Order: sequence, then C-alpha cells, then structure tokens
Amino acid sequence: MPTSLKSAPKTYPLTVNHKPVKVAADGDTPLLWVLREDLHMPGTKFGCGAGLCGACTVLMDGQAVRSCQTPLSDAAGHQITTIEGAKALPQGAKLVEAWQEIDVPQCGYCQAGQILSATALLQANPKPSDEEIDGAMSGNICRCSTYIRIRRAIRLAAGLADTTGGAA
Amino acid sequence: MNAPALPAVALHRRAFLSASLAGAGVLAFDADFAFSETPAAAAVAVSAFIRIGADNKVTIGAKNPEIGQGVRVMLPMLIAEELDVSWDQVVIEQTDANDKLYGGQVAGGSTATPRNWLPMRQVGAAARVMILAAAAKTWGVEGASLTTKAGVVYHAASGRSAPYAAFAREAAGLTAPDPAKVPLKTPAQFTIIGQSKKGVDTPKIVTGKPLFGIDVDLPGMLSAALIKAPAHGATLASHDAAAALKAKGVVAVVPINSGFVPVGQFDALAVVADRWWHAQKARDLVKPVWNDAAQKGFSTAGYETAAAKALGATPEVVLTKQGDVGAALAGAAKTVSADYSYPFLAHGTLEPQNCTALFKDGKLEIWAPSQNPNSGRAETAKVMGIAGDDITIHMTRIGGGFGRRLMNDYMVMAGQVARGVAQAVGSKPVKLLFDRTDDLRHDFYRPAGWHRFTAGLDNKGALVAFRDHFITFGKDGKPIRAAEISPFEYPVPVVPNAEIGATYLPTNLATGWLRAPTSNAMCFVYQSFLDEVAEAAGIDLPELMRRTLGAPRDLPGEKGRPPLNTARAVGVIDAVCRMADWKGGKLPDGPKGEKRARGFGFYFCHLGYFAEIAEITLTDATTVRVDQVWAAGDIGSQIINPLNARHQVQGALIEGLGQALVEQKVVQVDGAIQASNFHEFPLIRIDGAPRAIHVEFLKTDYPPTGLGEPSLPPVIPALANAIRVASGKRLRSLPLQLG
Ligand code: FES
Ligand code: FES
Repeated sequence: MPTSLKSAPKTYPLTVNHKPVKVAADGDTPLLWVLREDLHMPGTKFGCGAGLCGACTVLMDGQAVRSCQTPLSDAAGHQITTIEGAKALPQGAKLVEAWQEIDVPQCGYCQAGQILSATALLQANPKPSDEEIDGAMSGNICRCSTYIRIRRAIRLAAGLADTTGGAA
Repeated sequence: MNAPALPAVALHRRAFLSASLAGAGVLAFDADFAFSETPAAAAVAVSAFIRIGADNKVTIGAKNPEIGQGVRVMLPMLIAEELDVSWDQVVIEQTDANDKLYGGQVAGGSTATPRNWLPMRQVGAAARVMILAAAAKTWGVEGASLTTKAGVVYHAASGRSAPYAAFAREAAGLTAPDPAKVPLKTPAQFTIIGQSKKGVDTPKIVTGKPLFGIDVDLPGMLSAALIKAPAHGATLASHDAAAALKAKGVVAVVPINSGFVPVGQFDALAVVADRWWHAQKARDLVKPVWNDAAQKGFSTAGYETAAAKALGATPEVVLTKQGDVGAALAGAAKTVSADYSYPFLAHGTLEPQNCTALFKDGKLEIWAPSQNPNSGRAETAKVMGIAGDDITIHMTRIGGGFGRRLMNDYMVMAGQVARGVAQAVGSKPVKLLFDRTDDLRHDFYRPAGWHRFTAGLDNKGALVAFRDHFITFGKDGKPIRAAEISPFEYPVPVVPNAEIGATYLPTNLATGWLRAPTSNAMCFVYQSFLDEVAEAAGIDLPELMRRTLGAPRDLPGEKGRPPLNTARAVGVIDAVCRMADWKGGKLPDGPKGEKRARGFGFYFCHLGYFAEIAEITLTDATTVRVDQVWAAGDIGSQIINPLNARHQVQGALIEGLGQALVEQKVVQVDGAIQASNFHEFPLIRIDGAPRAIHVEFLKTDYPPTGLGEPSLPPVIPALANAIRVASGKRLRSLPLQLG
C-alpha cells in the first residue's frame, strides 16, 4: 500500500467548559472562530474582531480575554470557559441568575460577553463599588445601552444593595 | 370572563375566509388544517397564530422581527389576554415572514403597538369565541352561559369545567368570526396587558443558545466574506480570483450587487469558503478593479464647504411660507440667529450584517435578521429575477436594528451568493457575514444637516417670526431617504410669520433611517435653538413651550400624519418639571466647585410625546458627566409591558446621549467612508451611562402607541441646554465638544 507523505494536520488541545477537545485548525485562527465554526458553540459572539467591543469575551484560566484576539496556538493547553459553561462557576451561576431576575437583555447580542466580564470582575473583587463595576465593564459595548440593568444585575449577584433607586 | 353573545357571530367557513381578508390578513386561521389521527400526541392548530396542545399549553406565533424592542413578548401578550389564558400556559414561537398570512411584519417607526393593538387582540378574542362555540356544542348548552378563565371553560349552572384543549379540535373545525365583531375585554378585565413580562429569549441568551442570524448553522453550510468597493456606488470593472481560489477552504468567488441603486450600482464580490474565517483570510488575495472615478469627488470636507456656501444663499425650495417673515423680523424688538449642524452617522448594530441562504431548484430559502423581511423578499426577487413566492424567509432574532436592518442589502446579496454557490459546487446553504469594517463602511447613514435659524421676538417677548434654511442631501429639489423635514416642524404652527427653505446637496452615500429618524437631529437643533429664543425672552424653555403651545388643541400638520396635540405636550412638560422639581437650569456648584446644571428638551414623534431633563456636572472644563435624567412620556392609555417599557426608555436615552457625546461623525474621503472599527466610530459605554434614569408614563385617553423611538430625541437638546448653563457655551454641532 502506498504511503502518504503528507503530514497529519496539526491539532491543538484545549479544555472548553471542562471538556478536553482537539482542534485541527491553523494556529493563527482566533479562538472566537474555533469556538463558533470548529466546535459549533455559537454563544461567543463576533462584534468587532479587534478587541474593541467585548462581545467575544471568554475566560482563559479564569481571566477574561477577547477570544477574537487570542490565536488558537495561544489558547492551546488552557482552560476556556464560554457562556455555555458560565453556570458551572459559582460567580457565573449567580450572574446568570441575576441577569434573568433583572431581565437585562434587549437584543441580547452583547450579553454573553457582559456576563463573562462580570464573572471575572466578581471572581477578583466580590463586592465591587459602582465605579469599579463601570471600570471593569467599560470594555464591553452594549449597543442597546442596557447599562443600568447590567449594573443592577452585578450588584444583585454580588449581594449588594441596589443603588439605582429601583428606577430601572 | 363572561361569554360574549355568540349568536351574533357568523360561523361558517366562507364567511371566515372573506373576514380574514377584510381584516388585512391579521386573522389568518389555517383553512387547510389537517387533523392529526392521534390528537393527544399533536398540538391542535386553531389558527396561524394559535395552537392549543393536548396539555393545554398554548403556542402563540410572534409575527414581528425582534430587535431587542420586546415585540416577541408584546404581541403574544395581546393575543393571550383576549384568548383568556394564563401567561404560564403560553409558549411563544417566532413565525416565518409571510405578510399575506400574518399582516405587516416590520420593526420600524415604533409602529408595532399602534398597528397591532386591536388586530392581535381580535385574533385572541376570535379564537376564544370559537372555543366557546365548540364547548357549547359539546356540552349542549347555550354559549352565553359559559365563562372562561386561565384557559379553562366553565359552565356555572352544571358545575362543569374543562381546559381549552378539550375543545381545541372541535374549535379548529369551526369558522372564525368576523374579527371586527368579536367583543374585547375592558382594561379592568386585563390580567396580562399591563403586567411586567420578561423577555422570552432571556434564558437562552444568558446560556449562549443559538438565536441570532449569525448563529445559523446548517449541515454542509458554507460561509462568505464580502468585498465591496470602498467608494460608494462604484461598479466592478474586473477582478482576479485565481490566488484566492487556491487558498485554504475557498470554494468560489461570486460577483454580486447590493440591489440598491441610489447613485450607480453597488457592486461587490463574495469569497465563499468552508469557514468564514478562511473566506475572510482569502479576501485580500482577490484583486478587484473598480470603476469609481465618478465617486471620488464626494467628501465630508466638500460637503462642509458647499453647506457653508449654501447657508448664505437663497434656499433651493421653499417648504413653508406663512405671513411675512422679512417684515416681522424688521419690526421685531429682538432677533436671535444661529447656525446648527450634525454629521452623518452609522448604526453600528453589535451583530454585524449577515444573512444565510440556500438556492435549490430555482427556489430560495433564507434565514435573515431583517427588520423588514417581506420587503427584502420583493427586492431579492427583483434583483435575482425569481418569483417572490419562491422565496421562504425564516426570521431570526436580531442583534440590534436601530433602522439598519430595514434595508435588505445583505439578503439581496446572500441570495445571489447562494445561487453562485449552487452553480459552482451544487446547492449548499451559505452564510454571508460582514466584518465590522464592512458594516461601518457600507451602511445606510443618517444624513448630515445644517440649519441657519433666525427668530424675532416682539416687545412682550412673544415669538413673532421664525426662519430655517435647512441644508441636507438630495436631488432635483427632493431630499434623499431620511433627509426630510416637516414643513410644520414646531414652532412653525404657532408663529404667525414662518419660513422653512431647503437646499439639497449631492452625495454618493446611501442614507437610511436611524432610530427616531429625522427626529433625532431635528429635535436637537430645534429645541436647542428654542432654548436660545427662551433665553432672549428671559424665560426658560419649558415656559416658552407652554406659552407657545397655548390652549389645548391639535396643531396643523402634514396630511396623513397625526397632529401635535398641545394638551398632551403640556402634560409631559409639566410632568417632567414636577418629577425633577425643575427650577430652571442653574444648580449649586459641586463639592469641588464643579459646575452643575440642568437642561430641558421636548419632542413629539412616532405618535409619542416626551419631555426630558438632564442633570450634568462638568468634572473639568471640557469633560461632562451626565448624572441623571428624568423622562415623562405620553404614549396613550395603556403601557402593555411596563418592565420592557422602562427598559426601552433607558436604552433610548443612553443612545441619545451617545449620539450627542460620543458618536463621531462618519468621515468620507474620495467617495469612501473612513471609519474602520469602534475606535473610529465609538459607541457609549457603561461609564458614560447616567447613574439614574427616572421614567413616568402619563395615561391619557388615546390608543396605545410605540416606544422604540419617541423617547430618544429630547435628551440630546436637554444635554446641550444643560451644558450651556454649566459652561456658558452654546454648542450647536454634534457631537457636542467643549474645546
Ligand atoms: S469581537 Fe472581540 S472584542 Fe469585539
Ligand atoms: S443587549 Fe443589544 S447589544 Fe447589548
């Protein structure tokens, strides 16, 4: 039998929501597109492809990263958490719950990224001030401007009193 | 709820079919309904909008595009209310685009509420009448002796009750009554309308389930990246796709066009690959040559020079002429003059434009995030030369509309790509996706405008003369899309001597509707200039508005458009002043000596009345912080979903602040838009959102109207007018900039 001399395509191992996967794609493929197109996990969203909107935010080893700016080769070997798995994290679960309680979304497109940025915030700072919330969340655009409810939901998840005066 | 008098309702199939047509297709029960052999296993369809399952779950069709305005919940609430079921029983399902079956399916102009308030309730009420008729027949009792509650039919005399499901099959065989004749509940009987209901898709959104157009993922699907000429309106002279076709994953390069021909053809190329990322990477390998010489002359700098020149000249067209403005100004005790302007704006929906299409056996199947899918069908059919009936359109959830997706260029192009794919490699679904640069550079822009205002006050401070020379874009004495002005723009109807003239400059840009179109710009310039007039008269703007609005009445307006009612206007003005305890714009300085102030704005558009007050702090000489905003609105007798209504106002107000403060003008050079991403077209972020937004709705005796748009415009002049008080500077151009 003749032998193929073509090298097998390189695969990259990573762990997505606690599940080990091997991805056969070019190492420069952004993690965003690996998630969406290779792993068929559409929860992580494409907004700008340039690290400017936060729609593609995922956690890599617990840190919020922009998956559009993270090549597969850099993500290899790391633990990735996407919105599909956010509920498995204690802070993520509280946020997902609070997001529903407050009914934060309008169109909803930015909200996966918002929840993961908020998860990273609460993991690092369980009782953030309003200014700290704005600081940590200002990398995430919400074109529908659901910002007041985002603040409320983060405060609810963190067990902090509502500072929006119930005006929302 | 007590049963309506059934005998008055004609119940036979022929009558139903004509009734459904008379009802503009809104009550479209399925005439070809086939009973399942095992009814227990299948939901029984009693209409195109309603299916009742054996478990008494009621599936309600949501017919309009959901862009975040909450219509996927609101319209089913109307049906469920009159069907008299409990909200827990309801399962909401998005319908396909089919206006023959469902009636209008447009997310635009804040029209969903006024257009559907009665028809959707009639759908629910008609289905309930049919269920009662079926129950009456089954039990052999008078229809009038039956009542309903939460999806259960009761017969008090015999103590019998049964869920709707028990009669659904029987009811489905009946003919629907004339929708106009079915009795509707009184507001006191409402159990769903007026209650806060959460977003039906929220649980899916927060767990990352596929919902949006970009999430469509079909077996064997290909993806396409877009190449469009940088200069708007350029045509494709030639292209070399050889290198791209050798790139990883690429299967075809398809010449297409966007189907819109405001100035020349909008040609494009689609690079099709197994993955969008591969198509996107291969894009740079395609070498297109564009015919763009005719477009090169269009630029922002050129528009500004032309506008400055036009402002000083005689208007090209006179839109309003009443009294004698020249004489009134000559005789005025005081005159006020000022020039205002605002830029072209993109929409920047967070989900970039996209559309998925499959071309097979001469027919198209489309999955589209479109605000106006039926019009997209007509455009696609025309451009592709196929029949509209051969196009099926599935409606996805939409990651932001704001008017961008009233245009269907992505659908027209996706259809052509799918046909190109079918010809190249056989029928396969293909998803066309813009990247952010494509999205910002190939938008339908909010047109820029310039105004030269002059007003005259008599010696009692009354406004006796008013003139506006409006410069915008158009051709042959007509404005292009979304560049119109009403000849009755307030204060025209209340000033004895008034003129509005317009001059239209040429442009190669495609323009379109941006949330609260025309109003978002007109309200800024008119309410800011009236604030200047009030200042000259020694009063504040709320007082100037009250004095000029005068006695309760409808003001003259454009034919076929609702007039401004002065009592409703004064109602919201008084309400917002009460809410904020308004005592003029001045506020004491902040703890560190920062200047603080308030400003006011009012507007009537899309049938809604809003008055708003913004409170600001200048944290330094050139930095403004918006602390809080109050909004009083009048959109009629009923707020259908209060939770969502407040949310719409919050979103619109913050978006308005974004337009005023953050959204940079979209700059054009050599016919091409320059902004490439959100660093060059910034959007407002959480740190720019006010700490609090206070919203009140006045209930008035008018039918309920929409809320997507009318609350947006007033906050822009409210902010500019506050900055005037805090800084002493009158800012007359957007975005507002202090030095
Ligand atoms: S898509 Fe990654 S930051 Fe916008
Ligand atoms: S909810 Fe629409 S972008 Fe945030």
